[in-house]
Amino acid sequence: MSEVIVITSGKGGVGKTTTSANIGTGLAILGKRTVMIDTDIGLRNLDVVMGLENRIVYNLVDVVEGNCRMKQALIRDKRYPNLYLLPSAQTRDKSAVNPEQMIKLIDDLQEEFDYILLDCPAGIEQGFKNAVAGAGRALVVTTPEVSAIRDADRIVGLLENGEMKSIHLIINRVRADMVRRGDMMSVDDVMDILAVPLLGAVPEDEAIVISTNQGEPLAGTDTPAGQAYLDICRRLLGEDVPLSLPNVSYGFFGRLAGLLRRA
Amino acid sequence: MDRRLALAYRNRSGEIARRRLKFLLTADKTGFSPETLEMLREDICRAVSKYMDVDPGQIEMRVRNGLLPVLYAAIPIKGPFVRGTI
Repeated sequence: MSEVIVITSGKGGVGKTTTSANIGTGLAILGKRTVMIDTDIGLRNLDVVMGLENRIVYNLVDVVEGNCRMKQALIRDKRYPNLYLLPSAQTRDKSAVNPEQMIKLIDDLQEEFDYILLDCPAGIEQGFKNAVAGAGRALVVTTPEVSAIRDADRIVGLLENGEMKSIHLIINRVRADMVRRGDMMSVDDVMDILAVPLLGAVPEDEAIVISTNQGEPLAGTDTPAGQAYLDICRRLLGEDVPLSLPNVSYGFFGRLAGLLRRA
Repeated sequence: MDRRLALAYRNRSGEIARRRLKFLLTADKTGFSPETLEMLREDICRAVSKYMDVDPGQIEMRVRNGLLPVLYAAIPIKGPFVRGTI
């Protein structure tokens, strides 16, 4: 049996797809048989971030509709022996698939894989419902911004109502310099507001832009974000990796305000 | 001096974001309008002010999920303090 994890956020543009690509890559590096499923029908992107866009023949909707076998649609990533991608359809929309079909699709992959990662579309409509239907675990991605955190809170509420068994938070694009001078919410601030356990924080890193340009995920590389993603994967596997928060040192003002806040 | 430093920190944009968010999420979860929440905050402030010296601008309210949603209010007090207890 595999662990089925949905990566979601509510708000668009916070890094769901980048996170999916890097967690998928990280798990494969750590020797886990992993499949990433792009559930964003109509706006597929995971293939591009992974650099696998030229190898798509069939897609998720083809599998669901029976136009091909699962094996024909899965793209093997030649760089990592354990990593596969099931791309989304670009010319269809969210209504092409329903939650029951997603559960069936995931069931068919259970035998072959240790981890099934579902890259969820933005929003809380049909696409979100499809993506979370078969998942036993959710990773909510947010950035330290008001709008992203508000949406993350809404998503957490929906996941809790849907009885998602495990919900964890990933805080993306943290800028230690801005946190230090008080111009960005810290990891602690975000955790305090959302009251969801943290799986990891990823620093803002220009290596991410370069990696996306090249279509080569950076999990495991010698970059701040690459190490943060690999740490996240280790924690997913149950390893006790200390949180190397990029911004625990608030400086004097932050500590003082923290003391006053807690008092 | 400490108070002035804390005040300076409170006006940094990260802290402003944190306070706005808490207010926003409380509004989202209770379905109250910002005006209603402001009225609630003022009423809490008025009640506590009868007994303690509080700064109305510093009161924070939030609703946390749980078995039942719980309303929390954090009300920093300026005094009176009993010397040696804080």
